[in-house]
Amino acid sequence: MATPASNRALPAIQVDPTNKPYFDAAREGRLLIGLCKDTNKHFWYPRGCSPFTLSNNVELVEARGTGTIYTYTVMRTKEPYCVAYVELDEGVRVFTNIVDCDLDSLKIGQKVKVVFKPTQGDAPPATMFTPV
Amino acid sequence: MSINGKAYIVGAYEHPTRKADDKSVAQLHAEVAYGALQDAGLTKDDIDGFFCTGAAPGLGPLNMADYLGLTKLRHLDSTDVGGSSYVLHVGHAAEAIALGLCNVALITLAGRPRAEAMATGTAPRSWGVNVPDDPFEIPYGRTVANAYAMCAMRHMYEFGTTSEQLAWIKVAASHHAQWNEHAMLRKVVTVEEVVNSPMISDPLHRLDCCVISDGGGALIVTRPEIAKSLKRPLVKVKGHGEATKNQNAGYTDLTYSGARWSGPRAFEEAGVTPRDIQYASIYDSFTITVLMQLEDLGFCEKGQGGKFVADGNLISGVGKLPFNTDGGGLCNNHPANRGGMTKVIEAVRQLRGEAHPKVQVPGCTLALAHGTGGLLGTRHGSATVILERE
Repeated sequence: MATPASNRALPAIQVDPTNKPYFDAAREGRLLIGLCKDTNKHFWYPRGCSPFTLSNNVELVEARGTGTIYTYTVMRTKEPYCVAYVELDEGVRVFTNIVDCDLDSLKIGQKVKVVFKPTQGDAPPATMFTPV
Repeated sequence: MSINGKAYIVGAYEHPTRKADDKSVAQLHAEVAYGALQDAGLTKDDIDGFFCTGAAPGLGPLNMADYLGLTKLRHLDSTDVGGSSYVLHVGHAAEAIALGLCNVALITLAGRPRAEAMATGTAPRSWGVNVPDDPFEIPYGRTVANAYAMCAMRHMYEFGTTSEQLAWIKVAASHHAQWNEHAMLRKVVTVEEVVNSPMISDPLHRLDCCVISDGGGALIVTRPEIAKSLKRPLVKVKGHGEATKNQNAGYTDLTYSGARWSGPRAFEEAGVTPRDIQYASIYDSFTITVLMQLEDLGFCEKGQGGKFVADGNLISGVGKLPFNTDGGGLCNNHPANRGGMTKVIEAVRQLRGEAHPKVQVPGCTLALAHGTGGLLGTRHGSATVILERE
C-alpha cells in the first residue's frame, strides 16, 4: 500500500516583528535556528529570548538543514499528511511535515532534509522535510 | 502549607445531556451549579469562591458570576490548563479554603462542541491570538489527534508498546460504560474491534479516541466544619500536585507527561503511594494518554504501561486498578472537550459508594483523579488530586 503525501493548501503564516528574520531567511531557502549566546546552546522554536536564561542575548544561526525523524504520524484525512518532529543535526526537534514521499514508507530514525513549501498569498513558505 | 484534610468535596453533579441543542453554554453552567448545590445541601448565597476557565463564556469568571447571580464572591480563580483545569481547581480551592480566603467554592464546566459540530480532534486549532508557537505549528496541520499520536508512535518505538495493548484501555472503559445509562458508547468492544476501527492518525484508531460531547459538571469544595454539618458522605482532599510540560526549548521528549511531576507532589502531600490507591480516574482523551499517565504517576515502571493495562487490569472487579468506572471520555462523555471535571466526579461517586453497583469498588476509601490538558505532544498542564473517604 502506498499513500502519496498530498499537496494540501497551507494557511498563511502569521509573521510578527520578532520572528520576521526567520521567515525572511526561509524565503531565501535558508533554515535558521535560535542560538543562546549566554550558553552557546541552540533552541527551537525561534523567539526573542533565551529559553535557558531569559535574556535577549540571542541570535538566529543557519542550520545544516538535515536531520532524522524523531516521531511522526499520518493524519488519515481526505488529503493525508504527515506531522513529525525532526531532530536536526544541531540537536533541536522541529515540529514539521514530511512531504514528497510515500507516507506509508516512513520510519523513526529516517534521514531527512529541509524543503520550503509555499503557503497562501505573499506569506513566507513553510519549513518542511523530505526523505534524503 | 499542606492542604491535607483542610477541605472536603461536598457537592458533585454531572449534567446528563450529551447533546445540548436546546441550551446555551451559560445555561448549562447554571444547571450544573444548581445540581452540585442540591447535592451538597447548600444554596447559591453560600458560595463565596468561584472557579471556572476560559471555556466559560465571557471575561474570566466575570460574566458567569453575573449570570449565576453570585454576589458574595471574595475569591476568584480562572486558571486555564485545558481539560486538567478542574482537577487543578480542586487543589486551588482547597488551598484557598485552608488560607481562609473562602468558605464554599463552586467549580463549574460546561460546553456544547457536539451541538456546534466542532471537529475537536482533527481540525487544526489555535488557542488564541499572538500565540508565539502558532507560526511554527499551525501551518503543519497540528491537531489534537496528531499531537497525541506522535507520543504513541514514539512510545511504541522506545518500549515496544502495541496497538493491542492500547486497545485494552478502550475495552476496559467500554466494560464500565455498559452500565451507565447516559454514556454515549455503551456497547462492550473487543481488542479486535478497536484495532480494526478506521485509522485516524497513526497509530491511533477511531476507537482510541474519546467521544465529542456536550454537557458539563460542577463541584462544591468547603471547610471541614461546614462539610461535617451536611448530610453527605465526607470526601476529603488529601493531596494535590500540578505541573506543566512543554517542548523544553526544542529538546522535546515525548515519552513522558507532566504527571511525572504532579503525581509525586500529590502523593507526598497525601502521605500515600500509588499502591494504596483503590480507584483511579485517569484522563482519557486517547488511549495513549491513559497509558503514559499511569506510568508517570507510578502505577507501573516507565515503558511497562502496555503490559499493565492489558488483559483487563483496568476493569472494575477484574483487574488490580479499576479506572474510569463511568466509561470515561473514551465511552461516556467529554463535555466541552475537557475531561477533568468528570474525572473528579466519578472519583467522588466511588468514595461515596454511589458508583453503579456493577462497577463500584467495594470499600473504596482512597482514590486518585488526574488530568492532562492541552496537547501531550507539545505543551500541556498536569493536575493530580488524591481524595479520601472519611
